[in-house]
Amino acid sequence: MSRRRQVRKLGNAVALCLSLLATLIGLLCLGAILWTLIARGLSGMSVQLFTQTTPPPGAAGGLLNAIYGSVIMTVLGMFIGAPIGILAGTYLAEYGRESRLSSVIRFVNDVLLSAPSIIVGLFVYEVLVVRMGHFSAIAGAVALAIIAIPVTVRTTEDMLRLVPQSMKDASTALGAYPWRTITSIAYPAARSGIVTGLLLAVARVSGETAPLLFTALNNQFWSKNLNAPMANLPVVIFQFALSPYKDWQQLAWSGALLITVAILLLSVIARLIISALPGDQGQR
Amino acid sequence: MIATDLTPAESTHDATQVLPPKFEARQLNFYYGQTRALTDINLKFADRSITALIGPSGCGKSTLLRVFNRMYALYPGHRATGEVRLDGESIFAPSVDVASLRYRVGMVFQKPTPFPMSIFDNVAFGLRLAQRISQAQAAERVEAALRDAAMWDEVKDKLSDDARSLSGGQQQRLCIARTIAVQPEVMLFDEPTAALDPISTLRIEEMLQSLRERYCIIIVTHNLQQAARVSNVTGFMYMGELVEIGPTGQIFTAPRNRRTDDYVTGRFG
Repeated sequence: MSRRRQVRKLGNAVALCLSLLATLIGLLCLGAILWTLIARGLSGMSVQLFTQTTPPPGAAGGLLNAIYGSVIMTVLGMFIGAPIGILAGTYLAEYGRESRLSSVIRFVNDVLLSAPSIIVGLFVYEVLVVRMGHFSAIAGAVALAIIAIPVTVRTTEDMLRLVPQSMKDASTALGAYPWRTITSIAYPAARSGIVTGLLLAVARVSGETAPLLFTALNNQFWSKNLNAPMANLPVVIFQFALSPYKDWQQLAWSGALLITVAILLLSVIARLIISALPGDQGQR
Repeated sequence: MIATDLTPAESTHDATQVLPPKFEARQLNFYYGQTRALTDINLKFADRSITALIGPSGCGKSTLLRVFNRMYALYPGHRATGEVRLDGESIFAPSVDVASLRYRVGMVFQKPTPFPMSIFDNVAFGLRLAQRISQAQAAERVEAALRDAAMWDEVKDKLSDDARSLSGGQQQRLCIARTIAVQPEVMLFDEPTAALDPISTLRIEEMLQSLRERYCIIIVTHNLQQAARVSNVTGFMYMGELVEIGPTGQIFTAPRNRRTDDYVTGRFG
């Protein structure tokens, strides 16, 4: 074997080692986080966690109000964000396409996608909380919706673009107006992709702390009032973890484990949906 | 050679002269932005006959086809000038509703495009667009369309299956059935068999023969034998111009233009 080839082979081996190493470091960090969460959080897992509200220091309690608040605000946030995101994505993929307006929207959307979530929190604080005069679950849901929208816009557009143009043309050639083609052909063909995008948006939103800190704040007590501060897992974790009380710290660990497991489950479900409907898009 | 393979219907092609033209293009020009893709096209299509458009890639055959149902209008920057008449009325007139034009002028594409729904719903899709129709009526029309497309016996027991589970050839016949179901007056075929195997191609050609009795059919094809087998009239296009159009037998055996001769005898293209 010539020298040059040996040098190249060596270069390849080095590159392989480096990339393997980088992967390992990444996985190790992830593993360490998961391990710590499980080790510290599992001991606090009990029925109590799901049946009792957050306790004062030194008393027994659970995370019921925080779990309820997180679920309510995430659902409400998606309720506001999903239709806006899906319709905007539809505009970009079907109606707007190459128009100037679309490229502007796409750019702004990309900026929003990577904007720090605390800015979204501050924005909603200024626009809603200050005007209403108090923190509220509604403001929290709006903040979460603003974070969910860019994710949904992006995935919806991508998924609709994967639907073969020939299929949409065939519908048009039968005399269908664009809206009919979109609802009867494009949406069903891109369904699994769009649903996956929504689930990923839920996963993203349900772990957000910063936007809720300025909007829903927190609530030590059981409250169903959407117009009042509401407890939620991320902020409870934030507060309890920073507290000097051992039992609060334990609840924070358990809450963190709970969120992680929930998001993991959501992602797994999203992937299962993708693989369960393989023929859905771009197959031919 | 192709010339030995003449259409049996050749002797009756004179329909062109007897009936008024179904479709007619006058001084038709077409532009993709600044580029002219069609130049001064003048031609007539008779009802109840099959006209084949042949020519090398990029000669404008598919472009011409897409003018007839105004599919080009979907894309910005595409525009047509001149006149195209369906039954004597301009299809470019502002009063023309494109959706109703497309009910009258159906189109089948090169690649099979089954919709993500059941076989039945695929065929009924166009029907339900055009009018409110009962389930019983729909069932009747779907069956008739599938029979016309010669695939009723193959699919009658699995109408509720996903259309995408059919084979490529079946999918294409389903797409034709879907177009027939709307009962258009004109059917445009854009290389309908280019993506299919020889047996599926044969079945579709047989189907075309039987559809000829009821429709004005225009077919774009790269396959010269196919044009010779199925069409009454053949038009040869080159570089955006209609070089020659005439009875299929004459185009393949005694073309008047030298470029047509070169193309049908395989000297270029």
